[in-house]
Amino acid sequence: MSKTAKTTQVSGVYQKPVESKVHRFFRENKTGWLFLGPFMILFLVFTIAPVFVAMGLSFTDYNMIQTPNFTGVTNYRLLLLEDDVFIIALENTLVFACIIGPAGYIMSFVMAWFISLCKRGRGALALCFYAPSLTSGVAMSVIWLVIFAGDRYGYLNHALIQIGLISDPILWCKDSRYILPVIVIISAWMSMGTGFLVFLAGLQGIDPELYEAGRVDGIRNPLQQLFYITLPLMKPQLLFGAINSIVSSLAVFDVATAVAGFPSPNYSAHTIVAHLYDYAFTRFQMGYASAVAMFLFIFTFTLSRICMKIFRSDD
Amino acid sequence: MSKKKERKVKIKNGKVKKRIKISRIIVLVLVGCLVAFCAFPLIALICRAFMPLDELYVFPPRIFVRRPTLQNYKDLLTSLSSSTVPFSRYIFNSLWVTVVTVFCTIIVCSMGAYGMVKHKPIGAALIFTIVVAALGFSGHVTKIPSYMIVSGVGLMDSYAALIVPSVATAYNFFLMKQFCEQLPDSLLEAARIDGAKEMRIFWTIVMPLLKPAWSTLCVLTFISSWNDSFSPLVYIHSDAMKTLPLAIQTISGGAGVVARSGTPAAAALLTTAPTIIIYLIMKGQVLQTMAYSGIKS
Repeated sequence: MSKTAKTTQVSGVYQKPVESKVHRFFRENKTGWLFLGPFMILFLVFTIAPVFVAMGLSFTDYNMIQTPNFTGVTNYRLLLLEDDVFIIALENTLVFACIIGPAGYIMSFVMAWFISLCKRGRGALALCFYAPSLTSGVAMSVIWLVIFAGDRYGYLNHALIQIGLISDPILWCKDSRYILPVIVIISAWMSMGTGFLVFLAGLQGIDPELYEAGRVDGIRNPLQQLFYITLPLMKPQLLFGAINSIVSSLAVFDVATAVAGFPSPNYSAHTIVAHLYDYAFTRFQMGYASAVAMFLFIFTFTLSRICMKIFRSDD
Repeated sequence: MSKKKERKVKIKNGKVKKRIKISRIIVLVLVGCLVAFCAFPLIALICRAFMPLDELYVFPPRIFVRRPTLQNYKDLLTSLSSSTVPFSRYIFNSLWVTVVTVFCTIIVCSMGAYGMVKHKPIGAALIFTIVVAALGFSGHVTKIPSYMIVSGVGLMDSYAALIVPSVATAYNFFLMKQFCEQLPDSLLEAARIDGAKEMRIFWTIVMPLLKPAWSTLCVLTFISSWNDSFSPLVYIHSDAMKTLPLAIQTISGGAGVVARSGTPAAAALLTTAPTIIIYLIMKGQVLQTMAYSGIKS
């Protein structure tokens, strides 16, 4: 009896520090993990794991029916060397991204900044600039197709004929020469507000006392204020906006297909995402489509990384 | 001494004002052009949605409506003979999917962000690094495996297929986490000393403080979910489960076809209006905080 009592006492003495370490570890992390749990599970299943699955699939010939065979880099070789349609898609996507990305990014910052300087009419202006990016590309294609209609009833054709710039209506959405510019205009219209809310929120977050301090230190006009106070303080928001505009401008798909059709005439509005959709969900060549997805992934990811280097905050 | 200084400032201000007046005209013209470019398609759409039949087909083409009518909406909601599914079903589908997605996103992301920022569990830093990395690619990259998961679990052609994969996006979480970091620790400490449970602290202190953040998130998630045409294209096969963006393509006769009748315009306006309305409702939140910062120039 006394022996058992002794052992429990001894074990109690020995176990206590060991147990409390584990216990403390759980106590310190439990609440955090529980709060993070729902997000982490969904995020892992639908964002992180898929990247690796797609990476694996891109080296196979998986087609949803047969068991996948490992084919090495065949998919990538086909994609980059023999698939002419993909090269067209890549070119189109790059044209989109180079115009829409920077234009949308700069416009939305300038607009947010301009609105923050306005004394009256902030709400109306904000609505006006932000409304286009609130719209659905597919829904708006209804009106874009009327504006860019190929006959004399089209708003643009009618206006140009009235002015006298053209004598015959232009087939804006059917002629492969004009499809790309038309879609660039539409996408530019929609992308002007990509980072708008983020920038607006960032501009709000800047302490007005800093502007007071700047004025004391000799900053006179709004432009100096912008370059010496606002921009350096908004690095995190600028980075967020930059990454978003890279990602969204490289993922043009629904506007292009809604306006020009799918597949578009001569593939003139074919984009990387359109190519991905074509192979994955109409032909079900998942292996090949995964290679397209991986190409898009590596491309956007590298650009985003470069952006992060550029905009890195010092703290 | 002080009087002299005041005078100097006044003179300076006067000069600056004159300079601004010259440049202001240029700025106003530029802004005016932009406003016109932004507003024109929307105004044209609104007008077309209310145009009677004869005005839609008149030559020369008319932008503004003269005799507005609700006939297009009547056609859209009642006598759309081409499809077996009533248009109201598409509205419901879109509304249900969007509302549930927004709700789940706000809860899941604010809980996660709060847990990460204020409790800092082991691995939080690593998770955040991954989230930031995940900002750098679009959802299209992960669509193929997501499709395999959704069809493997048997969720194809269901509302869940449109909701579950889009709840935990890096974009929303990142935004929430950024806002969360500005929360004062002292309030949470005070509540903890008072003996409040963690969930209680979250709901009664953290959520109200995060209101500007989740209003912004609400707007962004609503827009992306409501306008998402890629997910339904991939996950939805039956007519009855289609959301508005897909339904519009059906009504307007498919992609690339110029739909000159009024019903597609009416449907497009119905699809566009809710996002603008939700923005206008939440705008108060966004612009109210903006008024507080009150940039005096």
